[in-house]
Amino acid sequence: MSLVAEMLSYRFMVRAFAVGIPVSLCAALLGVSLVLKRYSMIGDGLSHVGFGALALAAALNLAPLSVAVPLVIAAAFLLLRISENGRIKGDAAIAMISGGSLAFGVILVSMTTGMNADVSNYMFGSILSLSSADTVLGAALSAAVLLLFILLYPRIFAVTFDESFAKATGTRAERYNSVIAVLTAVTVVLGMRMMGALLISSLIIFPALTAMRVCRSFRSVTVCAAVLSVLCFVIGLCASYAFELPAGAGIVAVNILAFALCSLAAYIKKH
Amino acid sequence: MAQLSCKKLAFSYDGETVLRGVNFSIEAGSYLCIVGENGSGKSTLMRGILGLKEPSEGSITFGDGLKQTEIGYLPQQTRIQRDFPASVYEVVMSGRLNSMGRRLFYNKEDRAAAEENMERLGIENLRDRCYMELSGGQQQRVLLARAMCATKKLLLLDEPVTGLDPKASNEMYNLIKLINLCDGTGVIMISHDIHEAVRYATHILHLGHEQLFFGTTAEYRQSDLARRFVGGGRA
Repeated sequence: MSLVAEMLSYRFMVRAFAVGIPVSLCAALLGVSLVLKRYSMIGDGLSHVGFGALALAAALNLAPLSVAVPLVIAAAFLLLRISENGRIKGDAAIAMISGGSLAFGVILVSMTTGMNADVSNYMFGSILSLSSADTVLGAALSAAVLLLFILLYPRIFAVTFDESFAKATGTRAERYNSVIAVLTAVTVVLGMRMMGALLISSLIIFPALTAMRVCRSFRSVTVCAAVLSVLCFVIGLCASYAFELPAGAGIVAVNILAFALCSLAAYIKKH
Repeated sequence: MAQLSCKKLAFSYDGETVLRGVNFSIEAGSYLCIVGENGSGKSTLMRGILGLKEPSEGSITFGDGLKQTEIGYLPQQTRIQRDFPASVYEVVMSGRLNSMGRRLFYNKEDRAAAEENMERLGIENLRDRCYMELSGGQQQRVLLARAMCATKKLLLLDEPVTGLDPKASNEMYNLIKLINLCDGTGVIMISHDIHEAVRYATHILHLGHEQLFFGTTAEYRQSDLARRFVGGGRA
């Protein structure tokens, strides 16, 4: 108990919870749709674009979010368009874009500030880098994603399950794909400063994959992923505080553990 | 007035025409089978009718009060993900999307329609089962129930018996014919199996990058084309 009190006496820890809980909730909800639509790598690609954008912001001396949010949203649209009807297959396009923006970011960083602690923070995250603007954006984002999921639930299910059928019966599937892409982009940008560019995508895919081990309907997968994600985040952040580990890596480790446990449970139930 | 009519229809991908000269119309309640070899343009035509693919020439018009979004579509199995966590009820229910208009949630009527269609296809006991754990025949029934939720007027079925064993195929064909006869729901089906096509359909459309034949099944049986394709006297 004293550990909790001690933890919450630090302003940066409170901020980490305030940003992290909504971000992990959003990441899990969006992740269910992304994983099922075979867009798992989009989160990864976007986080690398985010890295390039943060490097650009630092080089131009601009506020990180004001550069990263629009750039990553643009990249999300581009990736979605390419996976839908490009000549280059979706996975190859994502690999190209993420590699390209990583290289661009590294060149920018080495030309301006040099490879220093900032780069490591971008890559692996730091809870010290969060600002109060992040808290506000985090709250707004999670409200938007939650509202979207509740209000558009039947349509999101239909578009995720069978896009052709949804389109044929008059649902504008592209519109829902775009909304999901924009929200994913914002989630990635918000989450990557804490989790790191290399780790944020696991926040998107792990809860959905874990929930799919044990749940058998779309509704239960969605709810389970959201709950699991927040739970894993809280446990991971506390553990990383207690054992003085980097927060991002600690949270991913807890997610992996949850995945392993749920896989085991599913295996035992089956046999 | 015809329920669906296609005039001088052509489709192309990347400027290359894959199907041309499609001219036909069907009345409400007819049962049309689209036959032809692989790559002859059957699925392209179906995507065109559903509004998923723009024709490069010609027109598709709907009549008799049918709207394009009121077609019940049963896609090829391969297009649906087999590892998707969804309950049978959730899948069937999603067929009601086109009758929701601006409503956000399903209402009592939607739920009643889903229950009714599950019952008619004999899958009400699978209601809470996971779609991906069902047999191929059961999965097709679920998708048919979803298509029926989306329409009372016209069903579009893309190879509905692919991958099913003979017994399940037979049941599927009989169900479709039953719906066609009892409800007067029109059926357009893409079929590989020309023998089954001439057995159930009222009309046949034979494609081979262009329209080779359109007419009633009886006329088709007399045609040279049918003799060549069906082979021998069986049809």
